[in-house]
Amino acid sequence: MVIEREGMNVVIVGHVDHGKSTLVGRLLADTGSLPDGKLEAVQQQCKQNAKPFEYAFLLDALKDEQAQGITIDTARSFFKSSKRDYIIIDAPGHIEFLKNMISGAARAEAALLLIDAHEGIKENSKRHGYMMRFLGIKNIAVLVNKMDLVGYDQKVFEKIKTDYSQFLAEIDLVPKSFIPIAAFHGDNMISGSKNMPWHKGGTVLDVLDSFKKEAPLDQLPFRMPVQDIYKFTEDGDERRIVAGRVECGSIKVGDDIVFLPSGKKNRIKSVEYFNGPARREAFAQESIGFTYDTEIYIRPGEILCKSSEKLPHVTNKFRANIFWMGKQPLIKDKTYKLKILTQQVPVIVSDIVQVLDASDLASSREPHVDRYEVGEIIFETLKPIAFDVVVDSAPTGRFVLVDNYEIAGGGIILAPIFDTDSNLKTHIQKRDYNWERSQITPQLRAHKYQHKSALIVIAGKIDTGKQRIAKALEEALFNLGKNVYFLGVSNRLVLATQDSKDKVLSKYDALIHLGELAHLMTDAGLILITSITDIDHYELAMIKKLNNPNRTLVVCVGEDSRFNPESVDLMLVENEESDAAVNKIVDLLLNAVVLVSEYEI
Amino acid sequence: MGKTIDKLDTLESQSVYILREAYREFKSLVMLWSIGKDSTVLLWLARKAFFGHVPFSLVHIDTSYKIPEMIKYRDELALQFKLNMIVGQNTQALKDKRSYPDGTVDRISCCKALKSDALKNTLSGAWPRLRLNHKTGQYEQDTNTEPYIGVIVGARADEEGSRSKERYFSPRDRNSDWDVGDQPPELWNQFKTDFAPGTHIRIHPLLDWTELNIWEYIERENIPITKLYFDQGEGKRYRSLGCYPCTTPVHSSARNVSDIVKELREGKFKNIAERSGRAQDKEDGGGLEKLRREGYM
Ligand SMILES: Nc1nc2c(ncn2[C@@H]2O[C@H](COP(=O)(O)OP(=O)(O)O)[C@@H](O)[C@H]2O)c(=O)[nH]1
Repeated sequence: MVIEREGMNVVIVGHVDHGKSTLVGRLLADTGSLPDGKLEAVQQQCKQNAKPFEYAFLLDALKDEQAQGITIDTARSFFKSSKRDYIIIDAPGHIEFLKNMISGAARAEAALLLIDAHEGIKENSKRHGYMMRFLGIKNIAVLVNKMDLVGYDQKVFEKIKTDYSQFLAEIDLVPKSFIPIAAFHGDNMISGSKNMPWHKGGTVLDVLDSFKKEAPLDQLPFRMPVQDIYKFTEDGDERRIVAGRVECGSIKVGDDIVFLPSGKKNRIKSVEYFNGPARREAFAQESIGFTYDTEIYIRPGEILCKSSEKLPHVTNKFRANIFWMGKQPLIKDKTYKLKILTQQVPVIVSDIVQVLDASDLASSREPHVDRYEVGEIIFETLKPIAFDVVVDSAPTGRFVLVDNYEIAGGGIILAPIFDTDSNLKTHIQKRDYNWERSQITPQLRAHKYQHKSALIVIAGKIDTGKQRIAKALEEALFNLGKNVYFLGVSNRLVLATQDSKDKVLSKYDALIHLGELAHLMTDAGLILITSITDIDHYELAMIKKLNNPNRTLVVCVGEDSRFNPESVDLMLVENEESDAAVNKIVDLLLNAVVLVSEYEI
Repeated sequence: MGKTIDKLDTLESQSVYILREAYREFKSLVMLWSIGKDSTVLLWLARKAFFGHVPFSLVHIDTSYKIPEMIKYRDELALQFKLNMIVGQNTQALKDKRSYPDGTVDRISCCKALKSDALKNTLSGAWPRLRLNHKTGQYEQDTNTEPYIGVIVGARADEEGSRSKERYFSPRDRNSDWDVGDQPPELWNQFKTDFAPGTHIRIHPLLDWTELNIWEYIERENIPITKLYFDQGEGKRYRSLGCYPCTTPVHSSARNVSDIVKELREGKFKNIAERSGRAQDKEDGGGLEKLRREGYM
C-alpha cells in the first residue's frame, strides 16, 4: 500500500494580466507536472506563428477564451511538491468573471494573491483580498509579480507590502507571507532568485508547503443536513434511511438525536453505508445514512443534531453579510429564495444595515446592494430555520440566495435575531393604516346579514375529502341564506411541474395572495370557504395574520402532523361523510358566534 | 477518536452528495453510461448514494461500432444490478450509411451523428428509446417519451482542457447549448438547481476525480469492469473505450486493476494524456469543444 498523500486546493487570484496563468503554467512546468512534450509543442506553435510564447496559451484550452485573451474560468490543474499534491484553481481576474472566481475560491483551502509590481495595487487586488476573508480562507500568501520589470528593486516590493498589509489589516486579515517573484522567469518560484538575494522569505513552493490544513471538523458539534429520506422497497429492502453528509462532528449508534427546526426526537439505530464493513460511527465529511428507532415523518432540509450537544439556533430572523453577484441589485423588502444547507425557504430582505464597496471599504446606507458589493442584511423567513453563526461552525453558517433561477449571492451568518416584530406584521400595519374604511361597520354588516364574516380553511392531507366537504358546507350555508363563497384554489397551491416558476417562491406568492383575498372578502362580510392540501402550520399562521382582524377557522380532515393541535379548531376523520362534517362545522360556527343560534339547522 | 478520511473517501463523499442532490431536485433524471471505467464508477457511486439501489434510468448510446464485448458486459451488469437500462441509436444515419467507417463522412461528423444527435434525441424523447426487459433479457421500445431534464455524466476535469471549465451542475439551454463564459457560481455545495423552462442540466459528480483516482477506487471497491481494459496476453489493452474504428489499444502488459494503478502511478503513462488513443481528438484543435457544445460527452 502506498502512503496516502495529502492534497490541498489552492486558488490563485489577482487582477487581470497580473500573471495568474503564468504562475500556474510555470508551477506546472517547474514541478514536472505537464504531459510530456506539451510545453514544447505550444512553444513550437508560437514560434511558427511568430508570436511570443505565453504560459497562458498552455492553459487556455478553450477557443473563445484565447480569442478574448482572458482566462474565463476556474480551471483545475494538478502538481506535486515533496510534501503534498496541489490542485490549482486558476481564478479569472476580470470583474465580469467574479462569480467564477468565487466558485473556485469557495473550494480553496489556500490562496495566492498576485500583484503586479509594475502596476501596483489595483481595485481588484483589494476586492479579492476582501473575498478571501469573506470566504474564510486562512492560508494566504501575497506574491508581488513581474519584479523584473522594476529592476528587482526591494523598495518597490516593500512599498507594496506595506500598503497592502495596511488594507488587509483593516479587514482583519494577516497573510502568511509576501514573496517577490518573476513568474515568467521562474524567480522565487520553486528555487531562490539570484536577482533578489535580499529576499529571505522562501519561494512560492516553500510557502505552499508551509500552509497548514484546517483542523478536522470532527471536533465541532454534530450536524447532518437531511438530503433525503429513502425507502427503496425493491428486493424487500425494509430500511427507511435518512441520508446526508455529516458537515461536522461525529455520532454513533444509540446516540439521542433531534431534528431541527421541527424539534422531533429520536435515537440512532444503525449507520448505513453501501459496500463497506459494518459501521457504528460516522464522522465529519462522510456522505452516509442512518436508520432511527421510532418512525417519524421527517422532510429534507432538517438538520440532524445530537441532543447532548450545543444545538443550532432556530429562528426566523438573522443578521448576515452577503456578497452580491446578481444582475439585478438586491432590494429591500423583496423576497428571495434562501438555500442554507439542504433547507430552501423564501426569505425577505427586511433591512439593509449597510452596503460596503469591497474595493475601498467605504460603507453607506442604501436601499439596495449592487453587483459585487457586500451588504449587511437583516433577513427574515416565514418559517423558522436552523443554522449556526459562521464563527461557531463555518460549514453550517453559510448560505446562498437565488434570484431569478440564479445563485445571486453568498452569505455568512453573523447572528440570530429573536424578536416578534416581523416583516409581515409591518406589512399588515401599513395595509391597515392605508385602508379607507367605509361607514358600514362590521357590526352593521353582521346585523344585516345575520352572521359574522369568517374564513374557513379546510386543511389536511391529499385525498381526504376536503373539497367535497367544503362544497357541501357552502351549499348548506347558502340554503340557510348565508352570504357564503367557496374559493376553489387548486389542491396544490403551485403545481410542482418542472416548467413552473420557482416552486418555493411561487408558493409563497400564492399564500400572500390567498391571505389578502380572504381579508378582502371577509371584510365585505362574507363567509369564505377554501380547501388546501399543500399548507403547514406556519403558512396557515401567515394566512391568519393577513386575514386579521377577521376570524379564521381551521378544520383539519384526518390526522396531519404538520399542524400544531392549538392551530386547529376542528378535527374531522378522514373522508368523513358530508352531512356529519357539515353539522360539526356548523356547530363550530355557532360556537365561534359566526352564526347566530336562532338560525340553527 | 475519529477516522481518517482519505482522498478517495473525500471524492466519494462529494460525488454521493451531488448524486443525492440531483435525485431530490430533478424528477426526470437519467445517468449516461458509456460502459467505460468512468461511468461505471459513476454507476457504482449511485449504488453507494442510494444504498444498493439505482433509482433512475441509465442511458447508453449505441453507435453500432462499439466493441462487442462492451455491449455484452453492459447487458450482464444491467441484469445483475437490476438497472433500468435504456439504449438509443441514430438508426437513420446508420441506414443511410452516413458514418466514418462507411467512408462517407469524416470522424467529427460521424461522432456528431452517431453520438451527439443520437444522445440529444434520446434524451428529448424524439427518437425511440429501447428499454431492457428484465424478464426476457430483450430490449423493447419504451413508452415513456418525456424529456429528461437532469442528465448525470461522468466527465472529469483532468481529462481534457474544455472539461475543466465545467461545474458540478451545468445548465444547457433548449438547444443543448453551453455558454462557457457564463457558468453559474457554485459555492459551499450549493448548486444551480433552479432553472427557466426549457433548460436542462448536466450533472458532473466525477469532476474532481483523476484517471488514477478512478482506478484506485475500482481497486478499493472491487468494481466489475470490462476486461477490455486489461492485457489479454498480447501486450495490448484499451486505456479509453470508444468505437472500434477510432480507438486503438495501447501497448501495455497490465493484466489487472492493480497493474494499471501501478502503471499510472509510476509507469509509462504518467505524463501522457489518456485520450491520446482517440482519433477524433486530434482532428482539429477545437473539435472536442465543439462536440461538447453539441452534446457529445
Ligand atoms: N516581465 C514579466 N512579465 C510577466 C511575468 N509574469 C507574467 N508576465 C506577463 O504578463 C502578462 C499577463 O500574464 P498572465 O499570466 O496571462 O496574466 P493573467 O491574466 O493574470 O492570467 C503576460 O504577457 C505574461 O507573459 C513576469 O514575471 N515578468
